[in-house]
Order: sequence, then structure tokens, then C-alpha cells
Amino acid sequence: MPRLVSHPDEVKVLSRRFGQGAAKIDRYIALDGYAAVQKAIAQGPEAMPGWIIDTMKASGLRGRGGAGFPTGMKWSFVPKNSAKPKYVLVNGDESEPGTCKDHILFREDPHAVIEGTIIAGLAIGAKTGFIYLRGEYRYLLQIMERAVADAYERGYLGKNIFGSGIDFDIITQTGAGAYEVGEESALMESLEGKRGVPRIRPPFPAVVGLYGGPTIINNAETIANVPHILLMGGEAYARLGTERNGGTRLFSISGHVERPGVYELPMGYSLRKAIYEVAGGILGGKELKAVVPGGASCPVLRADEIDIGLDFDQLSKCGSMLGSGGIVVLDETVSIVEFALRTIKFYQHESCGWCIPCREGTDWIKKTLTRVYEGGGAKKDINTVQYVAENMMGKTFCPFGDAAAMPTLGFVKKFRKEFEDYIEGKKAGTPLMMEESNLVGVEH
Amino acid sequence: MSRIAKSIFTPELAAYFDHLVTIYPVKRSALVPMLLYAQDEVGYVSEAVIQEVAQRLDLFDLDVRSVLSYYSMLRTKPAGKFNVQVCTNISCMLRGGFEILEHCKRRLGIENKQVTADGQFSLEEVECIGDCCAAPAMQVNYDFHDELTPAKVDEILNEYSTEGGK
Repeated sequence: MPRLVSHPDEVKVLSRRFGQGAAKIDRYIALDGYAAVQKAIAQGPEAMPGWIIDTMKASGLRGRGGAGFPTGMKWSFVPKNSAKPKYVLVNGDESEPGTCKDHILFREDPHAVIEGTIIAGLAIGAKTGFIYLRGEYRYLLQIMERAVADAYERGYLGKNIFGSGIDFDIITQTGAGAYEVGEESALMESLEGKRGVPRIRPPFPAVVGLYGGPTIINNAETIANVPHILLMGGEAYARLGTERNGGTRLFSISGHVERPGVYELPMGYSLRKAIYEVAGGILGGKELKAVVPGGASCPVLRADEIDIGLDFDQLSKCGSMLGSGGIVVLDETVSIVEFALRTIKFYQHESCGWCIPCREGTDWIKKTLTRVYEGGGAKKDINTVQYVAENMMGKTFCPFGDAAAMPTLGFVKKFRKEFEDYIEGKKAGTPLMMEESNLVGVEH
Repeated sequence: MSRIAKSIFTPELAAYFDHLVTIYPVKRSALVPMLLYAQDEVGYVSEAVIQEVAQRLDLFDLDVRSVLSYYSMLRTKPAGKFNVQVCTNISCMLRGGFEILEHCKRRLGIENKQVTADGQFSLEEVECIGDCCAAPAMQVNYDFHDELTPAKVDEILNEYSTEGGK
């Protein structure tokens, strides 16, 4: 499991209880735990929902799962009156390659997720929250289950929570291995006991979601930020980040760095400093070749593109994405052809097959890049890959098609010369896939 | 007493399933967890598991099969007592994930998705398991092992061998 790391440039809001035994409810309470939900309840039943949503809007918090949608705005879309029950759904199906922040969050501060879920429920008038963890995180599910049971025992969950007259229940749920289920509509399908295929939108989940009821779906990190924001105030949280990118976020820095780890940095923090100072620079003093800045779905950046601030807007302006905050660092020895192939193999394996452009597109790109990798490529293959990827974009029910196409386009556009050289027999980099069998043998 | 007259599961698991179907707004929501917990006990999702789970949730066997085939952790054949799952996704690959996978193949004498003759170990190449900052990583059943080297893998597998021999 990921170790706890630390760096002086970190601004510890969400992570301030990490390493302090806060999975135990008494310790959590001693560290201001469950104070935010009581502060919300103290606003009175009339003012409370509006106060929570206004505070969230003022905080500038944007979804930490990848899309970066403003959280307060998302919550405000839920209709006040609904014939069907409303729900809060916490997405802990963390599966984006390069991202392990929720892993640490569930282990170190499970009650923050619970408290955030309760507050989200109070804001929209939901009586039930679901916390969905990926199946591989069994030990974390057990930690969450313990924490939920402790919260029930104290009367923080169940009937009449904190004497407010309001009932709120939390149900924890395990997945069973599927990247696609991290997509919000597929997540609802999975929670309803079905194959995790996406739903067409509109209607959006805030109107028609889980079991047909209005539902807000937020990433676990987003939800865990909520109690901190209510305690410190929306404006104070916003000021920690950059314009329209409030607060801090957990960055998982992995790959060829000296000190990989999950670090909490202010939004807008320099990518260069994150790599060279926070994570201790390139492993073994080698040169930087490229960075995947926000998890595998985000287009790669070249070494000369890292003088940029880590927020949604700056990354988007330079043609990439902040995504889930998974920064994957590649040193000079990496073959981009090989790295691109491993990336598309992942998407080909995980495509749920519902939408044809994604199902077929990922398979075609994988097959074409495999041929290139094995030495049988032609120059036109690069154009084929680019053509297929471009034709997947925006043509699927969910963003998976884009998530597979965008990194592919990034690799072939930014490193086209390397692909051309590779096809001509001038192979750059040291192979990491070891044996041929790893290519042909892995029929996922 | 379980509501299923002749459950194939242990009384504890059967009782848990009796409870699980009551907690959701729609009881079908118990399907995915139920299949995974059944697999944990039985070793895989057998025909008998499919039938009992379908009965418990008032579903057709086909509904269960359809869902079962979607999720990569669910299997319809037995794995080893210790299922070794090596991540080779990008962060692990950069830190030697494929070397670890190759080492496991040699050490266990099996290929990807195979089981050793004594049924103790099985090997699987898996996608990202969410341990990227301690790469390369693997899971043996549900336990995480990371910052792996071939020597460390040997130690870990030896420990499981000893445990399995008991």
C-alpha cells in the first residue's frame, strides 16, 4: 500500500489527518471530526441546504474524479421536490492508471468521506448515501465498513442524526473489477446490479439517477473535502488555489521520480516543481522525457511543456487535462511507442463494448500499434491510428471513448518522429515489456 | 435459518446474504457483492453459485451470467489458493512490472492465467490496482505487496508456500 510522504510545499487540508489514526472515530472527533456536519445542522432546517450549497459554490471546488465540474453547481441542479427518493453516490472506484489518492484517503481518513456524504445528503435532501469502492480495495472496504458501523453506534448515522430530526443511512458497496464503472452512469448501473455500461445523457443523474431518483455522484476526494470547506469557509478554501480552481488536491506522483507518493498541493502549483522538488527529481538523475499529467487518459506533455500550473484550466489550455491528478513521469529511456501501446492495451481491455466507436476503435488502435511495435509497421499506420482515434472522439455514450483516443493522439502527434524512426528500424528507448509473450500472450 | 432451504454457502455467509438483500432499495443491487463474496468462499463462481444467487435475487440464471461475464475479478474456474495478480499498467511498467511478471512466471512455472499443478498458486497479469506510488505492485488475493524486486517476490511467495503447506 502507498506509504505516507511529506514535503514542505504541501498545503494539508484534506490530508491533515493522514497518519494520525483518524480511522478511529474518537481520534477523528478529536481532530474536528463531525464538527462540520453539526455546523451545517446549526444553520436550521430552512437555511441549511442553501447555506451548504452556497459555501460549496464559493469554495470553487471542482470534481476530483477527472472532469473538474464545479461541485456546488452540480448539487444545485437537484430538484428540491422529487416524487422519488434522492441519493448521494460516492465514487471510490478509483481505477485511473497512475492514481492512488483515494486508496490513501479511505485508509487514513474514512470518516471524512462519511461526513462529506452526510453533508451532501443534507444539501439535497437525500436520506441514503452509497459509498462504492473498487473490488480490489477489500481491506479499504473493511476500514470503511468499520467506520460506518462506528458512526451508526454514535448516532451520527441512522435515525435523527445529531438530534436534527433528519434520518440518513450509508451503504457501502464493493465492485468486482471494471475501470468503466468509474464512469458515473456505469457506476449507477453497477450499483443496480447490472453490467457497467453507460447511460445516455440527458437526463443527467441530478434529475434521473440511481433507481430513477435524483442523484449526486462525486469522487471520494471531492466528498472528503466538503467537511473541511464548511469548517474553514468557502472563500478561505478558494483562496488556496487559483482562479476558478479552488483549494488543494491530492496528486499521485509515480513513475521515474526519486520520491513517488501522494502529495497535497495547491491548485495551480508548478508541474516542474512537483516533479523536481516535491517528488525529488528524475530517478537516478536521468533526463525527463515526458509526463502524463493527470492519469492515463490525459494527453502526454513533452519535457519542454512542464512550466505550467497544475489546474484544470491551464492543463486544458495546453491541450491536456488535469484529470484525476495522477502524474506519471517518464525518463529518457522510455520508448513512447511501447508506452502508447501499453496505454491503449488498457483501454482495449476495459472498453465495455457498448458503443461501437470505442469497442472497435480501441481494438484497431491496439492491433495497429502492436504491428508497429513488433517491427511490421508502415508509415501510414501512424495516420491510421490518428484517424481512428479522431473518429472515436465525442461519438460515445460516455467519456471512455475520448479517454482512450486523447492519450493516443497525444503520443502520435507529439512524438510522431519517434514513431517514424521506430518504423524505420531506429528504435529509441529500452524495452520494458521484456518478452514477445507479453504481447501475444496477454489476451485479456 | 437462511431463507434458502439448502444453501451451498456456510451458515455465516448464507445469513449475511439474507441480510444483504434487505438493505437496498432494489434487491438486485446485492448481485455484484454477492458474486464476489460467494467466489471468496467457493473459490470461483460455479454453476451452483449462479443458481443460488439467481434464486436469492429473483433473477434468471442468464441475468447473473450476463453480469458475471462483465467483471474482471469474477471467474468461472478455480484459481490457485493464492492468486498472484501482477500489475503491468503504466506506473508499474515504468518501475519494472513486466520484470516482476516474468519472474513470477519462472518462479511458479506457469504462464498468465494458469494454476500450478498443486493448486497452490495462480498467476494473472492485471490492470492498475491503485498502488502506483509504490510501484511495482501486486496483490496476492486481496493483500497488497509493493515496491517489488525479484528477491522480494521470492520472499513473499515463500511465505505463502509455507502458509499453504500448513
